[in-house]
Amino acid sequence: MDEEYDAIVLGTGLKECIISGLLSVDKYKVLHMDRNAYYGGESASLSMSQLWEKCGNGGSPPASLGANRDYNIDMVPKFIMANGQLVRVLIRTTVTRYLEFKAVDGSYVVNKGKVNKVPATDMEALRSSLMGVFEKRRARSFFIYVQEYEEKDPRTHKGLDLNTMTMAQVYAHFKLEPMTIEFIGHALALHRDDSYLDKPALETVKKVKLYHDSLVRYPDLRSPYIYPRYGLGELPQAFARLCAVYGGTYMLNKSDAEVVYDDNGKAVGVKSEGETAKCKFVVGDPSYFSNKYKKTGEVVRAVCILNHPIPNTDNAHSTQIILPQKQIGRRSDMYVFCCSYAHCVAPQGKWIAFVSTTVETQNPEAELAPGLALLGPIEERFVQVTPIYEPHEDGKSDNCFISKGYDASTHFEDTVNDVIDLYQRITGKVLDLSSEDPMVANTEV
Amino acid sequence: MMPDLAQQQSAKLVLLGEMGSGKSSLVLRFVKGQFFDYQESTIGAAFLTKPLPEYNVKFEIWDTAGQERYHSLAPMYYRGAAAAIIVYDVTSADSFVRAKNWVKELQRTGNANMIMALAGNKADLVKGDSSSRQVPTEEARAYADEHGLYFVETSAKEATNVDELFEEIAKRLPKAEVPRQSSGSVPLEQTQPAQASSSKCCS
Repeated sequence: MDEEYDAIVLGTGLKECIISGLLSVDKYKVLHMDRNAYYGGESASLSMSQLWEKCGNGGSPPASLGANRDYNIDMVPKFIMANGQLVRVLIRTTVTRYLEFKAVDGSYVVNKGKVNKVPATDMEALRSSLMGVFEKRRARSFFIYVQEYEEKDPRTHKGLDLNTMTMAQVYAHFKLEPMTIEFIGHALALHRDDSYLDKPALETVKKVKLYHDSLVRYPDLRSPYIYPRYGLGELPQAFARLCAVYGGTYMLNKSDAEVVYDDNGKAVGVKSEGETAKCKFVVGDPSYFSNKYKKTGEVVRAVCILNHPIPNTDNAHSTQIILPQKQIGRRSDMYVFCCSYAHCVAPQGKWIAFVSTTVETQNPEAELAPGLALLGPIEERFVQVTPIYEPHEDGKSDNCFISKGYDASTHFEDTVNDVIDLYQRITGKVLDLSSEDPMVANTEV
Repeated sequence: MMPDLAQQQSAKLVLLGEMGSGKSSLVLRFVKGQFFDYQESTIGAAFLTKPLPEYNVKFEIWDTAGQERYHSLAPMYYRGAAAAIIVYDVTSADSFVRAKNWVKELQRTGNANMIMALAGNKADLVKGDSSSRQVPTEEARAYADEHGLYFVETSAKEATNVDELFEEIAKRLPKAEVPRQSSGSVPLEQTQPAQASSSKCCS
């Protein structure tokens, strides 16, 4: 280990593994370490016995839960937007060959206590039970506008300047009702609160467009989301393999890994088991950098094992349900994420549902009640509260490039933005995801 | 008659074994017919495919990419593998111990129907002069028999028993194996522009 590297990456969470994969492809010499004996850090997928132990339950899981190793339970459950940035990273780095994805059956939103399918296209708007006849027509015009909008083609702007107009003004232009605005903002654009209303409309229009483009990206998708077989824990492993294929070195089970700083407080290496590996900079999740991060909030997540699909979701094997803040009298949205044995994350006949939100009170578990109420009978429930950390600094002065924690949302868009930002701070280059051409040589014969 | 290429079943095949036992050399010999005396540690070419039309199978061969060095091979590596070749070096008793540990690991975590083969590589080094041999053929064969492994001694350098090894695995693969790509998977690489739903005829 007494060697010199360009980068030492600490923690094998998804963000760290994407970064180490990208750096390795860029010819950086990478050493990647984890304090655990397994890959994934906070974004690992656990077996039932691992989850049972982590949550402090005594004894062993009841036999009714089925085979322990058939479980791959995400600690940070999230779906992937089919036309989103993560898919572009996957395609461009060719790690798709190590993974298999399946479509997510449905995307729903709660309105007045009822679960409704999220209408995402002009045609779906016309069929939706969420809106009255006239509102459907107005929503349809809005969707057609968004679907046809091209930033570089002023003809598609139809006289609206989305850089100066706020999103509230755009909604007013289409005369949309508050309830429609709510599902567009929270279930399509995936905003976590309403602060976006007073910001330039372009960002939100692009987000709605991404939702639509994802829905039509691959044939027969019924939601804009996809999800890997065997759970999200496969993603960090796939990127770690990419890094290794390009020469990166992996060391797990380094429980004492510690960043070494010079007299000026710059990171110069990592020490473990009496040896020090030198490097030009260190990347990692906050837990490896004491005193360099602050807590910005907490997420409460309940993992629930079910013997049935979530009621009112058309017997879906995989779904996302968004409970917008105002519908449940909160400041932040609540998310339900559900997956089953169809994605190989649970034994035959079992579903895993997660309910998550940003903690707002002293009793986080009680806050989850509106989400839990949607699930029907729950066979087993595990609740965890996780702090979210954010680095104090951007890494330029101390050579420590630290990722942010994972938010309560059940999609990846913010996660990938953090990776893109980290990559840019580290390399000074913009990660170009506009193309889908592989950025690595094709090694297939 | 040659079977239709599209009908060929894909079979994931993984290589395991101590660093330097010659895993990559066996794959390169089999897939490309090449051998390098000073093969660098595997970089950049850790996923190779080779069709064997006569057995109606296309091997997707995964190499360890060096992740075996510090015992950091990810579980996804052997997930879904139809076959595994565990490689040791006939001139290294340590590598044989390591190979036996891999067999245990696969029996513990792998798919129960996985075809496993044990390959004693670098047989060219003991040809004619067995003074450097540390793993007797009989010992390895007895171990393989006991654990239900196909066993052969190979030389990637001299192309001895390499094709035979892979062909024997192809023969042993279950004929009507469930395709690895199960139905309903989304092919991410497919880059054809999706059709916008708004262009569909209203009904």
